[in-house]
Amino acid sequence: MPPDSPPAAIPAPEIPASIPPNQPGLLELFVAFAKMSLAGFGGVLVWARRGIVDQHRWMTAEEFNETFALCHFLPGPNIVNLSVVFGSRFRGVAGGLAAFAGLVGPPMVIATVLAAVYARYGEIDALRRILAGVACAAVGLLLAVVFKMMMPLIKKRDVVGLLIMVAVFIAIGLFRLPLQAVLLVGIPLSLAITYYMRRRVNG
Amino acid sequence: MNSDANPIWTLVWTFALMSFFAVGGANSAVPEMHRIAVDVHHWMTDRQFADIFAISQLSPGPNVLIVTLIGYSVAGVAGALTATVAMCGPTAILAYYVSRLLARSSHSPWPGIIQAALVPLSIGLMGASGLILALTSDRSWLAGLITVAAAVLAFATRLNPLWMLVAGGVLGFAGVI
Repeated sequence: MPPDSPPAAIPAPEIPASIPPNQPGLLELFVAFAKMSLAGFGGVLVWARRGIVDQHRWMTAEEFNETFALCHFLPGPNIVNLSVVFGSRFRGVAGGLAAFAGLVGPPMVIATVLAAVYARYGEIDALRRILAGVACAAVGLLLAVVFKMMMPLIKKRDVVGLLIMVAVFIAIGLFRLPLQAVLLVGIPLSLAITYYMRRRVNG
Repeated sequence: MNSDANPIWTLVWTFALMSFFAVGGANSAVPEMHRIAVDVHHWMTDRQFADIFAISQLSPGPNVLIVTLIGYSVAGVAGALTATVAMCGPTAILAYYVSRLLARSSHSPWPGIIQAALVPLSIGLMGASGLILALTSDRSWLAGLITVAAAVLAFATRLNPLWMLVAGGVLGFAGVI
């Protein structure tokens, strides 16, 4: 893998702090998202926040949270949605494409190389054992994310939310029902219940 | 890989459709990817799917890149590219238009309601991902112990997750599992 920071990089800290809404250019968007993406193992969100809010000051923390909330409730890979929404806010469609290409392009090349290596050497015993071990740990990391996301529901004693969660878990995890079928029932049901509960609290 | 139908088109519509049902991110769609890749199309075995998930966690970048790996195993580099664009493109375009729409009317309560309604679904889906992957990866009680240890460490500490993956790899290499 070639080093991703050419010597021509712009010295970032010299920008005076008095003009907070920095306006990134297309190349800057590409490079910034490529760096966040390549730094992000097991999730890019932390690095995206660090890069956009702390390092480049392209957004305030509140703006970032609002943008991420939007991308979280929309379907699809969240951080990919975030890159497109963020890039297009500054530079229109071209900006969205530049941020998207930066986020997905370089790691996709790495993933493709790894896939090729796996296709060729995947049956070698040593590699098999290593991957089996990594897989066990990777599942653990995923479970940790699930528990972290569950904590707010438990703290709020959101019984309805927890029931919906368990129902989806059983339908997909145990009965292996198709995703579309489960969500076509689950989403309207959950929306209706959430809407009804909020109205009861407010009214 | 018999050429009864061009697998590229199968990748396109499979992942483009799936992306609209990936509420809360790519990891929510892992059970569906598993169902389609292993059970429906027989693109790979259970074990290969677990391997691919492990590789996707090992490589940097967004979690969605697991579809790059699935695409590669189906149709090489073209498959990798196709699957990735199909999974990312449609919903990114949707996000672009919705964000422009909401920029004009930001006082609607609906984004909040929709988000609150989707969160439990998304957690349930990711939990199912965890279960399905644990069933394919953890073939001994020691393997299960590694999973539990990684989960506890990632939940309770701020350790870089890469260390847990490396530790898992080392233990696997040593033949513990």
